[in-house]
Amino acid sequence: MSVPAELRYTQEHEWVSIEADTATIGITDYATQALGDVVYVSLPEVGVAVTAGEPCGEVESTKSVSELYSPVDGEVVEVNEELDDDPGLINAEPYGLGWMFRVRVADGTTATGLLSPTEYDALTKSAG
Amino acid sequence: MTSTVRDTPLRTVHERLGATMTEFAGWLMPLRYGSETAEHNAVRTNAALFDLSHMGEIAVTGPGAGAALDYALCGWPSRLAVGRARYTMLCAPDGGILDDLIVYRQADERFLVVANAANTSVVLAELTERCSGGAVIADESAVTGLVSIQGPNGCGFLSTVTDLPVDSMQYYAGAYGTVAGRPAWVARTGYTGEDGFEIFCAPADCEPIWDALTATGGAGGLPAAGLAARDTLRLEAGMPLYGNELGPDVTPYEAGLGRVVRLDKPGDFVGREALAARAAEGPRATLIGLLGNSRRVPRHGYAVLSAAGDRVGAVTSGAPSPTLGRPIAMAYVEGEAGGPFGIDIRGKTEPAEVTGLPFYDRRK
Repeated sequence: MSVPAELRYTQEHEWVSIEADTATIGITDYATQALGDVVYVSLPEVGVAVTAGEPCGEVESTKSVSELYSPVDGEVVEVNEELDDDPGLINAEPYGLGWMFRVRVADGTTATGLLSPTEYDALTKSAG
Repeated sequence: MTSTVRDTPLRTVHERLGATMTEFAGWLMPLRYGSETAEHNAVRTNAALFDLSHMGEIAVTGPGAGAALDYALCGWPSRLAVGRARYTMLCAPDGGILDDLIVYRQADERFLVVANAANTSVVLAELTERCSGGAVIADESAVTGLVSIQGPNGCGFLSTVTDLPVDSMQYYAGAYGTVAGRPAWVARTGYTGEDGFEIFCAPADCEPIWDALTATGGAGGLPAAGLAARDTLRLEAGMPLYGNELGPDVTPYEAGLGRVVRLDKPGDFVGREALAARAAEGPRATLIGLLGNSRRVPRHGYAVLSAAGDRVGAVTSGAPSPTLGRPIAMAYVEGEAGGPFGIDIRGKTEPAEVTGLPFYDRRK
C-alpha cells in the first residue's frame, strides 16, 4: 500500500499536495484498492467554491459509489479532464496521472486536520 | 443460529493470490484478486477459475426420486436422462420463487440439486418436506467442493488434466470421472455465458484440482476470478440473480422464464394452481434490459421513469459492462415495456435504452 512521504492525507482516504496556495487532490492507493476498478468520477466544476470536509463529487467503481470530499476551503481552479475518458487512471496512478482536482486555498486559511503519512498509514492498518 | 463466517476449502489459495475477501451468504469468498475487469475479460477471451464451494449440493435419491422432484419443483426432472442437467426453480404454493437451481441426474436413482448458498437451508427444508416418503434427501454441501473453469479455452485446458472426453460433452451434461487424478462429477454448466465446466469434488481435493488447472495456463498460470467478475459476467449473459431478479414476490413468468414451469407434466406440483393462473393472466411485470448512455451506473433499487417522469419500475441489477463498454441493467417495469425510460441515479435522471436480453451472446 503506497503512502508517498511528500503528501498529506485525510480520513476519507484522499491525498493533498500543497504548493504555494494551490492544493492538488486525489484518492489514495488504499482507496482505489477498496473501490476496485473506477468507472466514473464526478468532479466539482472549475470556479465552484468548496468547503473542507464537505462532499463535492463522487467516485464510482464497478460495485460501489463513494463521495469525494474537499480537504480544504477554497475555489476549484482545475480538474483532470483526462478522467472523463479514462477513469482507470485513478487505479493506475492514484498519485500521478489520476489526480482529480486543484483548489486555490482561500486567503487567510490553512489546511488543517490533514494527516501525516505515518498517521495515514496507521489509519489504513487499523481499518483492516 | 451461528454467526461465524465459513471458509471454503480454497481459503489459503485465495490469500496466497492476494484476493480481496468478502462475506457472502455466510461464507468468506474472494471478491476480486486484482482488477475485476481483467478477470471478467479473461473469462470472455481465455479462461479463468472460480471457487464456488459456497454453493449448496443436495442429493435426492431412491427409486421415487424423479417423481418426488417432479412434485417439489416446477420442472420435470424425472424426464432427464442420466448425465443430463436442467435449470429449474423451487416455487412456493403462491408461485413465488424460493430459489433457482440446477438439477443434475447423476444416476437412475440419484439427482444432485445445486442451490444458491443463501438459500441452501430453505431448499433443504422444502425438499425434505415435499419429497417426504418419496425420496431420501441428503445435504452434501459440507462434503462437496466446487471449482469452475469458464471461458472459451477452458475445455482445452481441462482436457489435459481429466480422463473425461470433455470436448465432446454436451452443454448441460455431466459425468463422473477424475480431474488431476481426483474423483469428480464434471458438468458442462456455468453462470458466465461462456463455455465452461463445473467440477464437484471432495473438499480436500479442491486445492490439488485448482493447482492442476492453474498450471494448464502455461507460464503465468490461469487467472482466478472472484464474485465481482461472476456478477458482471452473468449480468451480460442476461442471467438472473436470486435476491435481485428472482425472489418470493415474483413468479418465473415475470422473470421471462416461464419455460421452466412445466404445466404439461402429469400430476400435481407445488405452486401449480397459482402458476397456471399467472400463465393464463399474463405476468404482472416485465423484466427488461437497459443500456446506459453515460458512465453512471444504474444500480439495484434505482427508480425507472417513463418519458413523462412517472415511476414505472425499478432496477434489479446494474453494472458497467466490460464487453459492451457501457453500463447495463435489468429492471422490472409495469405495463408497456418499450420505453424510452429514464433512471433516477442518485437524484439525476439518466436516459437509458431498452434492449433485449441477453446483452451478450457468445454464439453471435
